[in-house]
Amino acid sequence: MGGISKRYDATQALRDVAFSAESGVVHALVGENGAGKSTLVKIITGAVQADTGQILVNGAPTRIESPLAAQRLGIRVVHQHVSLVPHLSVSENIHLGAMPTRIGGLWIDWRAAHERAERALEAIGFSGIDVRLPVSSLSLGQRKIVEMTKACVVRPRVLIMDEPSAALSFDERGRLFDLIRQLKSDATSIIYISHDLDEVLEIVDRVTVLRDGMIIGTMPAATTDKRQIVEMMVGRVVNDIFPDRQAQPSQQEEVLSLKGLSCGSRFDDVSFTVAKGEIVGLYGLIGSGRTEVARCIFGADQPTSGEIQLKGHVVRPRSPREALKAGIAMLTEDRTRDGLVLFLSTCDNISLANFDRTSRYGLIQRRRQRAMVTEKVAELGIRPKNIDQPVRSLSGGNQQKVALAKWLLARADILILDEPTWGVDIAAKQDIYEVIRRVAADGMAILLISSELPEVIGMSDRILVMRRGRLVGEVPRRDATERNLVALATGSMG
Amino acid sequence: MVSTTQKWWPTRSELRLSWLDLGLIAALVVLVIAGTWFAESFLTQRNFSNLLRQIVANGLVSLGMLIVILTGGIDLSVGSIVALGGVLFAGLTDQIGIGPAILVAMAAGAAVGIVNGTAIARFKLQPFIVTLATMGIVRGIVFIYTETPIVPAHAGFRDLGSSVVGLVSVGMIIMLVCYVLGWIFLNRTPAGRATVAVGGNEEAVRLAGINVNRTIVLAYTLCGVLSALSGAILVSRLGIAQPSLGVAYELDAIAACVIGGAVLGGGGGGVIGTFLGVLTLGLINNLLNLMGVKSFYQEIVKGSLILLAVLIASRRKR
Repeated sequence: MGGISKRYDATQALRDVAFSAESGVVHALVGENGAGKSTLVKIITGAVQADTGQILVNGAPTRIESPLAAQRLGIRVVHQHVSLVPHLSVSENIHLGAMPTRIGGLWIDWRAAHERAERALEAIGFSGIDVRLPVSSLSLGQRKIVEMTKACVVRPRVLIMDEPSAALSFDERGRLFDLIRQLKSDATSIIYISHDLDEVLEIVDRVTVLRDGMIIGTMPAATTDKRQIVEMMVGRVVNDIFPDRQAQPSQQEEVLSLKGLSCGSRFDDVSFTVAKGEIVGLYGLIGSGRTEVARCIFGADQPTSGEIQLKGHVVRPRSPREALKAGIAMLTEDRTRDGLVLFLSTCDNISLANFDRTSRYGLIQRRRQRAMVTEKVAELGIRPKNIDQPVRSLSGGNQQKVALAKWLLARADILILDEPTWGVDIAAKQDIYEVIRRVAADGMAILLISSELPEVIGMSDRILVMRRGRLVGEVPRRDATERNLVALATGSMG
Repeated sequence: MVSTTQKWWPTRSELRLSWLDLGLIAALVVLVIAGTWFAESFLTQRNFSNLLRQIVANGLVSLGMLIVILTGGIDLSVGSIVALGGVLFAGLTDQIGIGPAILVAMAAGAAVGIVNGTAIARFKLQPFIVTLATMGIVRGIVFIYTETPIVPAHAGFRDLGSSVVGLVSVGMIIMLVCYVLGWIFLNRTPAGRATVAVGGNEEAVRLAGINVNRTIVLAYTLCGVLSALSGAILVSRLGIAQPSLGVAYELDAIAACVIGGAVLGGGGGGVIGTFLGVLTLGLINNLLNLMGVKSFYQEIVKGSLILLAVLIASRRKR
């Protein structure tokens, strides 16, 4: 494929990308979160269409208009997040849409379905899953295997694997690699997407690095190393859109302190503190457990062990409501999914977490409410100024500011920000950074979760790094570089 | 210091009618003209005072239904609650008096609403199934209470539905008061704003530190209370309380809400639209009756109207 570009509203997701997959070659696609890997995969699999550029299949220009069209061309995906139907059996999922039937398609031949499913599992080297069980009763790793079986059973010509090893055990991972070698010898072309660079270098033949929607380079795996790849992944100048740090935080007054916090398989034994007026960055790749830690602090999930202290007192919020009462606020990662009520107005959305301050005797005091909201709208520079406009009609940057304003008004002691500038244009980013700095200077403790390196480094006083559910490092601001953070986060130290 | 003056009344922007509202008003005008043309008894004071009395039952149920629909739910048990409220009111008036009887009826409606809301919010059951179940259970309870129609002897029994102040009945006045209170609830109270927000994005509301379960239980409770009140006013108008009262009322209520712009599954709708929906539906029923159209044809007209309303709403969204 060549000259592929794709725009989403205000962001250019891909810019003039050329990429090729040859049969019998394992081709890795690496890049930071948001580099454009998913968009590229979506275009190849027909989920979205490129704005410009063309795709060649076996040398012939082809339009891939839908996922179905992609499947007909022999393109299959093993998704990062398993896409199976949970309450259907393993066999049904493997054969979805192509169940073996009798009497001219009127009757499902269950015995044949189960047998074929079992054979398919064996063929790819993972037997030992009961194909009659519903997928919902399987472990995450087993589901991943079923997903892979489903993709392989049709003998794909191009197989895209998005983080295929993420939920697998060490042993399963070994067998995954065997499978990949086998597919390779069958002349399948494999596109392999992973954050784990060790893994990438072990199994792939060629590596392509994407950054900011552009191809930075493609090279044979044999002639490169982790250091070079990391440099290509991050190699950009930290532009100075970050306001200067004025006041130094007082390290004495601890606001939040975690002691050995764990939550099942999501993260384990996480301990750190955040002081008054301090901005602590929490960096990690997607799936490293950073969002999960934040959700536990905010009471959206329950930790399995360990404790959370707020200003020296142990708190155990069982719901966001209790967390908020204790003084913990959190700006969630995905504003449209769980941050905003899109059809309601700016005023309603900002008020949502603040009714205790704007109402009396169970009635909203409109004038006070509107004055408060209007003040924040001016402070954050939200456009349009009309607070009765539904937030659906606002730009991404302004929506994010509305979500932030809601939490600024909540008067918390600690504010957790999960990807506060995700999908936001530069100008709005700058506004948001300034506001964060200002509230920190006023004494708010801030935990900043971000997968954008310049942001973490530019904003934080200290940076914590997580990898695979564990805290793997703490880097003071002066020592932080993109390279050492990525090295920590991908486990490619030294 | 920010002024703390309350502002109960709607501001001009809140009263601005949506295109759908204006469309409904246009439809109402057309219906009135058509009525005058086709049915000579249509444009009479008698007919209008009849009409205004008839729409009260559906009006109150629809208001309750609207609140539930705004949370993203649905309440199929309203028809049975109408019957429950009706028979309790009629059955108790002679013993304990009108006021207490109404309160008992409304409390019974609230109890059903609490059961509905709790099952849906706390146990995460689907509103459709839960209220389908309570629809049957409550209807059964009504028949256990009385298998034969009740005709109370109390002198004031019929006042609620029949006595007239000016052009409008007492029941109509009660309904209008409920609509005003409903508007204030949905637009001026934290609980009401939370109700509207839950239907848009439940997770965002939960993360904003609002008790989502309580919000949902409250919505079904209000719906139960309004349905029971509707039942009481209905039997007062009819002068007789049959245990089969209110069958299929849920359909008319859902229809009125949808015609008035409410979105099933949450995310849109309001008191003004629902009021217009109730009026439109009532007017159509009235007109078809006067024209002597058989009731099954009326069902066809109503069904088509609902499809049309939903179609218009979905077109506008794109």
